[in-house]
Amino acid sequence: MDQNRNNTLSHKEIMQRYAELVKKFTPKSKLAQGCLRSFWVGGSICVLGQAIADIGAAWLKLTSTAASSLASVSLVFLTALLTGIGVFDRIARYAGAGTVVPITGFANAMVSPAMEFKPEGWVLGTGAKMFTIAGPVLVYGISASVMVGILYHFIRW
Amino acid sequence: MLMYLKVFLIGGLLCVIGEAIILKTKLTAARILVVYITAGVILSALGLYGPLVRFAGAGATVPLTGFGHALAQGAIAGVQEMGLLGAFTGGLTATAGGIAAAIFFGFLIAIFFKPKPKDYQ
Repeated sequence: MDQNRNNTLSHKEIMQRYAELVKKFTPKSKLAQGCLRSFWVGGSICVLGQAIADIGAAWLKLTSTAASSLASVSLVFLTALLTGIGVFDRIARYAGAGTVVPITGFANAMVSPAMEFKPEGWVLGTGAKMFTIAGPVLVYGISASVMVGILYHFIRW
Repeated sequence: MLMYLKVFLIGGLLCVIGEAIILKTKLTAARILVVYITAGVILSALGLYGPLVRFAGAGATVPLTGFGHALAQGAIAGVQEMGLLGAFTGGLTATAGGIAAAIFFGFLIAIFFKPKPKDYQ
């Protein structure tokens, strides 16, 4: 019977129902989808970092700060390698902020232009363009930390 | 095992906040990085980020706010150790590994790999 009814629908009604169905089956919004993707990829990158730090602490008997540095250096290395072979871009396109917010985003922001601007020369291409994005990050991060240090010197909270 | 769950949740959450900011405000990724590192320095100085690091480990240290936290704590430790000069040396001492690695590996990769032609979405 339902089949019968469907046959009598006008073109306009069919289009309307089709639009409803499309709306029903697409993810709620770009926001929800982006958040889900960045959540699981970003979380996983942090888990990998924790695993590297734990291994460093257990096998290499590193202190917690050294283990944390080992995790940073390892993640930076992995990012650099994956950027070099062109895999990182694909992950980044999927994960959005999931790869930008962890230290992988900082590393990729340096490695990617270093490679891309090679044709402009080793000094003003690779050497300079490496800091297009990392430069501002270091400027604001370091300036803020120096201010914190100076304040701490005088106030000692 | 519980630790890894906490790492995953907090790390993921920090990324979701970034994603929401990007999608809602159209801030570029570069600005997000600047905002995150500066926020990390400030939260750390206020004593709010330390507890998060103790709670979630790499979930709090791997995101760029953790980089800011390391900078701020380094500067404070530097001041404790050698006075005002430490404000200038401490931050970079604490984060030297990550920064030097990014510079060195970036350079190395640039030597050995050719850029892929980018397909802009």
